[in-house]
This record gives sequence, C-alpha cells and structure tokens, in this order.
Amino acid sequence: MKHILVLLLLVPVLAFSQEVRLAVPYTKFILPNGLTVILHEDHTTPTVSVNTWYHVGSGRENPGRTGFAHLFEHIMFMGSANVPPGKFDQWLEAAGGNNNGSTTEDRTNYYEDVPSNAIELPLFLESDRMGTLLRAMTKEKVDLQRDVVKNERRQNYENAPYGMASIVIDENLYPPEHPYHWPTIGYMNDLSAASYEDVVEFFRKYYGPNNASLVVAGDIDPVKTRRLVEHWFSDVPAGPAVLPPAASPAVLSGERRLYFEDKVSLPRLYMAWLTPPLLTPGDAEMDLLSSILTDGKNSRLYKRLVYDLQIAQDVYSYQGSRQLSSSFLIVATARTGHTLGELEQAINEELDRIRTTPPTRREVERAVNQYEAGFLNRLERVGGFGGKADMLNGYEVRTGNPDYFQEDLARYKAIDATDITSLAQQYLRENARVVLSVVPTGKKELASGQGKEVTVR
Amino acid sequence: MNTMPRAASVLALSILLVLVPASGQTPDRTVPPQPGPPPNFAMKPIQHFTLKCGLPLLLIEKHDVPLVQINLLVRTGSAMDPGGKSGLASMVAAMLLEGSGNRDALQLADAIDYLGATITSTSGQHAMAVRLRTPLVRLDSALALFADVILRPTFPAEELERKRTERLTALLQWRDEPRMLASVAFNRALYGTHPYGLPVLGNEQTLKGISRADVQQFHETWFHPNLATLVVAGDVKPKELLARLESAFGRWRQAAATAPELPRIEQVKERSVLLVDKPGAAQTVIRIGRIGVARSTDDYYSIVVMNTILGGSFTSRLNDNLREQKGYTYGAGSFFDFRPLPGPFIATASVQTAVTDKALIEFLKELEGIRKPAESLELARAKNYVALSFPSDFQTTSDLAGHLEEMVTDDLPDDYFNTYIPHILGVTKNDVREAAEKYIDPSRLIIVLVGDRQVIEAPVRALNLGPVTVQTVTDVLGAPPVIENGK
Repeated sequence: MKHILVLLLLVPVLAFSQEVRLAVPYTKFILPNGLTVILHEDHTTPTVSVNTWYHVGSGRENPGRTGFAHLFEHIMFMGSANVPPGKFDQWLEAAGGNNNGSTTEDRTNYYEDVPSNAIELPLFLESDRMGTLLRAMTKEKVDLQRDVVKNERRQNYENAPYGMASIVIDENLYPPEHPYHWPTIGYMNDLSAASYEDVVEFFRKYYGPNNASLVVAGDIDPVKTRRLVEHWFSDVPAGPAVLPPAASPAVLSGERRLYFEDKVSLPRLYMAWLTPPLLTPGDAEMDLLSSILTDGKNSRLYKRLVYDLQIAQDVYSYQGSRQLSSSFLIVATARTGHTLGELEQAINEELDRIRTTPPTRREVERAVNQYEAGFLNRLERVGGFGGKADMLNGYEVRTGNPDYFQEDLARYKAIDATDITSLAQQYLRENARVVLSVVPTGKKELASGQGKEVTVR
Repeated sequence: MNTMPRAASVLALSILLVLVPASGQTPDRTVPPQPGPPPNFAMKPIQHFTLKCGLPLLLIEKHDVPLVQINLLVRTGSAMDPGGKSGLASMVAAMLLEGSGNRDALQLADAIDYLGATITSTSGQHAMAVRLRTPLVRLDSALALFADVILRPTFPAEELERKRTERLTALLQWRDEPRMLASVAFNRALYGTHPYGLPVLGNEQTLKGISRADVQQFHETWFHPNLATLVVAGDVKPKELLARLESAFGRWRQAAATAPELPRIEQVKERSVLLVDKPGAAQTVIRIGRIGVARSTDDYYSIVVMNTILGGSFTSRLNDNLREQKGYTYGAGSFFDFRPLPGPFIATASVQTAVTDKALIEFLKELEGIRKPAESLELARAKNYVALSFPSDFQTTSDLAGHLEEMVTDDLPDDYFNTYIPHILGVTKNDVREAAEKYIDPSRLIIVLVGDRQVIEAPVRALNLGPVTVQTVTDVLGAPPVIENGK
C-alpha cells in the first residue's frame, strides 16, 4: 500500500536550496483494445475519481464545423445503449457523484468523482458511452445540446465584456488552415450546421479506446480496480488508428494591429505572440517570465502600470501552453483618462528592459518559489479538473510518464535569469505580434496606434 | 435506481467487499452496478486551544502534504459598516495588505511572494478573514508576516488613495457585467437600506467618504483576540504550533466592542418585476428570489434537500427543465444564502434573449411545483447526492480550514460534520414539502431581469406577473463615478 510520497530533505536554515521531491506513485497497463489505464492510490478521503482523456480537441475539426468537438463533449452526457437519456447524471448523483467534461484545442476530458463504494458505476457509464454511444444517438439530442452550447457561447463570450477578444487573437495569431485558428466554442453558423452524421463520423474516428486514456485514482485497491477496469472496458472495440496531430508551424511575419468596439466602459489592450509548445524547451521560461511581468505587486508590469503610474486598472499575462504551439498574452485595462497608447508604450519599455537586462536573482527565485508551492497545492486533491487524476492523465498523454510532477517542477528550478532574457528576445518581438485594442462603443480613437477594425463573429 | 440505506453510519465497508467479476466475462450492462454500503465518514478530530491572550484556536492535523493553512476570523464585517460608510470593512480588509510592521506595501508583498506563501484578506457580511497558506518549511517566516498584517498594519495614506481609485474604477466596470448588475439591483430591491442591500464594496459616495482615521478606527475597534478565532489545518503538531502562535499573538490585547443594531428584515409582500435595460444583450440574466431564513433555523437540512431538488444539482428540476429539456440556457439553479440573519433565496439563469418570457414561465412553474410532494426517487437522489458526496469536501487543508471557519461563523457544535450525513438522510418527503411551502412562495417574489428592453419588455409585461419597473444601468449603479486618477 502506497501513499503519496512527499519527501522533504530539510536543510537547517530557511534557505531555498532545499529539495522537495514530489512523487505520485501509479501503476499503468494497456488493454488489448488500446486503452491506456493508470491507477493511483490516495486514501485521504473515501473518494474515487475516474478521469478519461480522449486525444481529440477542436484542432481536429473540419472547416464549417467549428465547435464540434465541444458540442460532442455535451452529447456524451445524453446517454448510450444501456443508459437512457438523463440517467448518466441521475445515477451518478444518486450515488453521491459529481461529473464534468471540458474541451480544448488538443483534447477532451471527462471525470466522475464518486464515493469509493460506487467505483463501478462510472466505469460502467464511461465504458458504455465509449462502446455504444451511437446506438442511442438521435437528431433530437444533437439539437438540444446545440441550443445549450449556443447559450454557453452567449453567456461566456457574446454577453461577457471583452468576451470576443480571445477569438479574434487566435484568428490573427494563426493562419486559417492552422488547427488553432478557430475558437473551441465554435462559430454560431457552424454550430447550426452540425449534423447527426457529423456525430457518427467524429465518434467512429476519434472516440475509440485506442485514442483514450483512463485514470482511476483515490481510495482504491489497485488489484481489484484493475480487474474492474478490464471487466467493463475489454469488450469496447478498438477504433481506427489516429495519427498524431500535425500542423506547419505558425509564423507571424509582422505586427498585426487591430481593434473592435464592445459594450465596455474602459478600453483594454491585448498583446499576443507565438511561443514554444507545451513542455518543450522555452515553455517553462515563458511561464516564469509571465510571473516576473505580472504576478504580485513587485512584478514589472503591475508595479509600473498599476502601482506606480496608476494608468491601468489591471494587468495580467500568461503562457497559454498547447501541444502544437503556445501563445503568450499580455492584457491591460486603461484607467479613466488614460489611453491604450500610454499603456502600450510603458509595456514596450518594460519588455525592452527584460530583453536587455536579466531579471534579478530575487525576481527569479520569487517566481520559482510560487511555482513550487503551486505543485504542493496540486497534490492535495484527487478529483475534478486539475486534480491528481487529471494531472496524471495529462502527463501520460504529453510525456508518457504519468508521474511527471517532479520533472515538471524541475524545469522551473533549472531556469536562470539569462534564459529568460534570451527567450524574451527570441519570442516577444515587436515585429511578430498581434496588438488588439478593445474600445468602448463609439470610441475608436482610444485604440492604440493605427489599427484595422475587425469584425467579431 | 438504487436507494441508499437510511443510516450513513453503516459499517465501514471498504471496496474490498465489492463483488469483482472475473475479467474476460462479458459485463452485464442491463442494470447499472449497484454501489455497496457507503464508506464510513468521520472528520479528522478538531482540537481546541486558547492562546494566553484569549484567542481561541481550532486545529485539524493533516500530514500527507507539507502545507499549512492558518485563517484568522474576526467577528465583524460589512454588516457592521457605520452608517454612510458602506465599503469600510471591505476597505479595511484590503488595507491590511498595504503595509505592516516595518514593511511598506511593496516590501510586504515581496516578502510573502518570496516564501511561496499567500496571504489574502476579505470581508463578508459578518466575518472578516485573513488567510495564510504556506509550505511547511516557510512556516516561521510566513507566520511572522501574517501576525504583522493582523496586528501591525500601517494603513499608509497614499495606499488608501490607490485602493479608493481602484475600487471606484471597479464600480465603473460593474456597468459592463450583466450578472453584477442583476446582483446589485436584486439585493437593493430585496433589502433596501439594510446592509445586505448595499454592495460590500460601497458606492461612489461612501467610498469617497472613507478616511484613513475610519480605517484605523475600524481596525482598533474589532481586531482583538476576544473577537477573533484562529483556525488551522495542515502538517503541524499542536505543541510546535502553539509555541509559534504564542510568540506571534501572545501580546494581543483584549477589548470590548458592540455590534450595531441592524434594521429588521421584511419579507417580500407581492410579486414584482424589475427590468434593467441592457440594449443589445445576447442574453437576459434572470434573478428571482425573496428573503430566505437565518442559518440557525431548525429547517436547515430540509431546506438543503428541498433546494437540491429544485435547483441545487445538475439533475435538479430547474436545470433539467430550462437546460436539458428546453435548451434555453447553459445552466439554471437556485440556492439559499444562509447567514446569521435571513439571507436571500435566489433562483437564477442567463437565458437567450428571445425566450425570456418562456423561461420565466418555466421558473414559476418549478417554484410552484416544488410545493407539491416530491417523487420518492427524486428525493432519494437528492439526499444521496448531498450526503454521500459530503466526504469528498474534506480533502485539502483549505477544505478543512474552510469547514472550521463554518463552525465559527455559523456557531456549529463539534459533532456537526459527523452528524451531517444522517441528518440529511433523515429528511422526509413531508419535511421537503413543508420547507417549500414555508420558504418558496411564487406569489411573493422579486424578479430581476437584466437584458434588452426593446425585445423583452412587451412579452414580459404580457405575462402579468405583477407591477413592472424599468430601470437603466444608471438607475441601478448611479452615474459613472467621477474618478480623479493617476499620480
């Protein structure tokens, strides 16, 4: 019986050189139909998380059918051959379970968190929809979830201030044929066009066990759990082989300066660059750079724009890590009486500074220490999105090693200040970026620089 | 559908007793696998201490991950904002992190961030919380900063001006957020001038009236060990922890403070509609509700189960009807906001503009329907959902500290969590119906709609739900705040 191992080799003084070794022990096996299975024990609470990743996301969609991978995720909850409509959720709730699913450009994941006495129920439900979804599929189910997803889009994009900005940015960072050009939520017209036949094709192509991985984590006995997984999943037929996703690397050959009007009170500036893919060299450096720029009062951009000059209400940045290509964003909202031009100038100056002078040792250590604490936080929860089950699955998919926690953290600890400067030089270039202004309706003059007005859709 | 045994305190049965079919055999999919008896749940023991200064301490040890969560609760909050100073408690909470001891705001933030720790400070209506989360190896340094923040804030004048401008700007940005507009309009319509009716952040006028002396005085009045409680969860042993806390808080002085008398809360007397115009909105935010009941009510468990059936889970009637049957929304639900005084009951969804009237009809149908006896299966499902998922809410140090906070703010006994499951499973069909009759009255409701008036007003009026008032964003939030900005 193994528990989470977090070995601390303490040094006597409170220094930051101490080794924190993260370990999440697991067993892994592959069923004859190709399903990868990972088991992990954690008996902190009598709870089990069943977490399934299908290696398909919106990046695999066809033109004219954007949003389909996510619509399909919704349809997965509408029942299968042995699960009548509505019962997926009802049976889980009756057992004290929770569930959800989510879709990105790269993958679709699902989890069911249940009390450990009910472990078999999610295995039955997941295997049933993996094997027999189409036997229960109807046009009405597609239509219903199409309406729900359109309302999801209205709520989170159209009716949310600045909600359309992320869509415009990806459309301009990536060329039309690149898998990241269109939004995961999809375009309204494409959602209207999605058909029953599309569901059939998508399921046959991408939802086989050989294109999925399953984690069962929590209050389990690994031997018995393995037998349960074999029992429920072995008769699910394999699907056709799925080739890994591929795309010609996107290249930005200049600056794209854009704006659109929105129902907002204050203008907001977005700057976006193409950066190294998830878990490839440079990815962790961009994470640390983001912390140095905008995490905490002493971060470069927060201190300059929000704290010292007080020309911005907020500023944040992030490395959006994805499988084929990442993007790095800086976002800042102007205070009343200040322009996006002022914000852009100050941001450009700070970027110049980080491109020429390495950050201080304290800045780097502060950021690394925050990341390290973040890894500890992630070891406490088994289920849900971002819990250990989900992390084990993600690491398995990206690296082939589910327990990649320590290696992941080690990426950050290995970075020195000059790495950050050289990455900033290489990737955050003024002549290869998207600069988007979102301005209040009727106030085009607040956009930064001479930009082109874009139509949001 | 399976039904759980009534008693949750059935024997501790592990999954070892689940029958495991031999692999290779084709599974029988004709009936869903039936769960075995639920595992026994007992919360880790709660340890009580009192520091020499009189500060009570509640501790739960949890040793699997080297983290510590230490939260200080102070028995004050926005409901204690002095008249004309709404937003003060919230400002005090924010200002605790703007300089303390011999560190200015930047030095303080740098010191905390460098440890990989976080300190946050917030104000609710009846409790202020300062929360520290730190890796165990940084506990000593983090605790010293935590004590500084609580005991020795310096409230620099220029930081107060900075926070004021930031908050006035936040008020301006609320105009953009349909759900925020619905919340502000709803609270005011329901509670009027009672503190529950005012935004915790304050409004333009009150924010502009908060002085450094107000902030200092509020802190001096309320921050005393006899008015506070520490809750701790994580990888610490009592002896070492107590020694550290004694040295951090040992000399904290007691003092008496009296909470102001709050106005009486009156129940809604008729059904009315408040339509806030948001031209061109893609959806209408619907917020329907009335005065609920105080946390101390004897009906608590009945209400929890009743609301789970109505709008407290994915398969609840509201979500099933408005989302899964009609496709009007991405999600609909309801909740009771339990507070020391009666908080609101709220049913809510964001619906496509064109179906606003149809969605209202369904909402009212469900609010009417919940007053009739529930189906047995639905009742069993709701009870099991709440009771059997309960243990999963005790996984992390912040979960545990959060539950300890709940004990303090809601004045709950030590055995509360260990008796929660049988209490929920003991709720009967009759209890649910009585709770619905008592607390859900479809003829006495406030209905707030934030959406495109041009499209929704006529169809909503045609429903004849009651008097309809139309307001603009400015009616709800006042004119855009005048902000003197920048240095």
